[in-house]
Amino acid sequence: MAIHVESHSAVHAHDDHGHEHEHHHGNFWTTYIFSEDHKVIAKQFLITGMIWALIGGVLSVLFRLQLGFPEANLSWLKPVLGGWLTPEGKIDPEFYLALVTMHGTIMVFFVLTAGLSGTFSNFLIPLQVGARDMASGFMNMLSYWFFFLSSCVMFVSLFISTGPAAGGWVIYPPLSALPQAIPGSGLGMTLWLVSMALFIVSSLLGSINYITTVINLRTVGMSFTKLPLTIWAFFLTAIIGILSFPVLFAAALLLIFDRSFGTSFYLSDIYIGGEALPNQGGSPILFQHLFWFLGHPEVYIVLLPALGITSEIIATNSRKPIFGYKAMVGSMLFIAILSFVVWAHHMFVTGMNPFLGSIFTLLTLIIAVPSAVKIFNYVTTLWKGNIRFTPAMLFSIGLVSFFLTGGITGIFLGNSAVDIQLHDTYFVVAHFHLVMGSASFFGMMAGVYHWFPKMFGRMMDEKLGYLHFWLTFVGVYLVFFPMHYIGIAGFPRRYYTWTAFETFSGFADLNMLVSIAAIVTLSAQFIFLFNFIYNIFRGKLAPTNPWNSTTLEWTTPRLPGHGNWPGEIPTVYRWPYDYSKPGAKEDFIPQHIPYSETPESNLPHENDQIKLQFGDKPL
Amino acid sequence: MSEAVDFKIVEEPKRPLAMHPKKFGLWLFMASVFILFMAFTSAYIVRRAEGNWQIFELPALFTYSTIVILLSSVTMQWTYFAVKRNQRANAKNMIVLTSVAGVIFLALQWMGWGSLIESSIHLVGNPSGSFLYIITGLHAAHIISAIVFLLVVLANALRNRFNLNQIEMCTTYWHFLGVLWLYLFVFLTLLR
Repeated sequence: MAIHVESHSAVHAHDDHGHEHEHHHGNFWTTYIFSEDHKVIAKQFLITGMIWALIGGVLSVLFRLQLGFPEANLSWLKPVLGGWLTPEGKIDPEFYLALVTMHGTIMVFFVLTAGLSGTFSNFLIPLQVGARDMASGFMNMLSYWFFFLSSCVMFVSLFISTGPAAGGWVIYPPLSALPQAIPGSGLGMTLWLVSMALFIVSSLLGSINYITTVINLRTVGMSFTKLPLTIWAFFLTAIIGILSFPVLFAAALLLIFDRSFGTSFYLSDIYIGGEALPNQGGSPILFQHLFWFLGHPEVYIVLLPALGITSEIIATNSRKPIFGYKAMVGSMLFIAILSFVVWAHHMFVTGMNPFLGSIFTLLTLIIAVPSAVKIFNYVTTLWKGNIRFTPAMLFSIGLVSFFLTGGITGIFLGNSAVDIQLHDTYFVVAHFHLVMGSASFFGMMAGVYHWFPKMFGRMMDEKLGYLHFWLTFVGVYLVFFPMHYIGIAGFPRRYYTWTAFETFSGFADLNMLVSIAAIVTLSAQFIFLFNFIYNIFRGKLAPTNPWNSTTLEWTTPRLPGHGNWPGEIPTVYRWPYDYSKPGAKEDFIPQHIPYSETPESNLPHENDQIKLQFGDKPL
Repeated sequence: MSEAVDFKIVEEPKRPLAMHPKKFGLWLFMASVFILFMAFTSAYIVRRAEGNWQIFELPALFTYSTIVILLSSVTMQWTYFAVKRNQRANAKNMIVLTSVAGVIFLALQWMGWGSLIESSIHLVGNPSGSFLYIITGLHAAHIISAIVFLLVVLANALRNRFNLNQIEMCTTYWHFLGVLWLYLFVFLTLLR
């Protein structure tokens, strides 16, 4: 039947798979702006993400100034902040809430979701699975431009007179649902919701593309067991995204209806200024359930790509195969599954049934198992390796460190009993900034340092990279380690000031240290920015395979054109971690080298794959 | 030519299993739509369990619309078979018929909302009614997207271009939305 139809000229039997892309040159607009090429889109995501990271970082330093130096006169910031400073030169308390809200939103969604997945999934998936481009270049372009639009809306919300959303990045109703509650719940919140709706569309378009590409556009020989761990990580991240972002969309849609159309999904029995609101029968806890059903998987959307990038970089720079490839894949898969059944550990103190609390405690603590497997495998990969401390490698090791120190505090927080004391204190802030924020950020930095030669065809400066690493690494610990103590002492997060409480005045100096460390850490990022921008134009030319790596992206020309490989797409014969294979001529064998070319290092089962043929008949 | 030359070493890696990427993408899109409605229906269950829940009667019009959308699935499948058998005139008629059925479905849903208002169930009020409007409204929005897809297929058909993959995707999506409505209808009937 199908043959019959295809034989008819009017019916398009369009097969993208074997399609050879023409090497066409577009104008400026189609090449750099509305490009459908995955590499250009990746760079667009990266640069937008970096701008957002800078904005998010500056916001955090602003509120750290308030926390560390509550008495300081900040009138020198008047040109920037204008009306958001009180006449005494302090940050307006309402604006402080907006600052923490926007810092969280920007970092979680715009930097570590779009900036990380958007950059590296886009850049690496086609290059590492051996595809000419994404499954749908057009959808990929749309994904970026929805993100850009979403960014614009969020950016504009920073400058409106009532200020941006200020109800925390988790936007719990009723605070976020009632414009009367705080100024930030007015137009700022509306823009936040619009921006997030656009963001969800962008994220879904991206995820659909990533999964489709990984499954359908792999080159010949690239079976799932030969995929680099980066691709596994991006693949699982995209699946989590598809399953969780629609739920956030549902939560946001109901909130929009509550805010603008008078429904009562989340609102009930509320009195403002002594007068009762008409809304009856809603449940704010319902929002928390919906939100955290996305919110928790979101943590892994942020973290898994960083873990994938790190696996790749640690194996490459230890010159050793990754320890426990299948365990790595299995643990990521397990983490992905578990991420959907632990959401209520964010809600232990909402008055939920204590029995339910025990179940969620149990499920939460189980996550420690695959996480520990991953850390164990990182360390055993490093063990007795010929370690090359490139900046990317340092950032990857830094990730492992943060993943461990931040993960351990997760065991405390995951206990429903202990959480009664620690909930919403700086202990939580310390925990997730280390395990999710800093770890993912370090994964992202590692990725930039490692794949910069492939992205821009030039090398970044190593010395500046080391300086950037050490300042950031020490800075991050100086910022977040003291926060554990502050949190155990009971400091609640999101508070504007503690100077009114005698109990909390003892930690003023520790807060000052944290703030100074935050400023130093942010300043260190400018070293990276200089290194990055300068070397895009002036860096020394990169060799095609600067790190002697095995994966397919290093078989492309220095600056791969549209379609990635000028000739045929290489065929894959082996897994991606043939480093320091005993007997091999070099300490790495790329994936596209057949076993028949490496008889000296083949294992018996690998030799079995080579068949001797006489003419066309097997011997 | 000596015999030795004819000996050669071969190593044949397997071509990985692959599906048409766009069809596959559609399945993923449907998965996310499915999750969206799962979120709404589970929120509905959670909220309903809390009490203070106004019980409603689904309007009879929703039963008719269910029949219409199920019949439209038949015509949609007919379109697909017609294109496969290269019966073009037939296919065009069936696309038109399916689109019309889609519009009738939307009209019935709209009238259903009208009769809900008559029995004083409003969007603003007890969350049970609010859920009802939002769930049915969001489903209708997806039906609109499917009708747009159908019109694209129709526009192609009128220019005598029949892309079997495109029509297959349209058919899949249409069936999916039909089954989704059936789920929502049964759900809303059983858990009022």
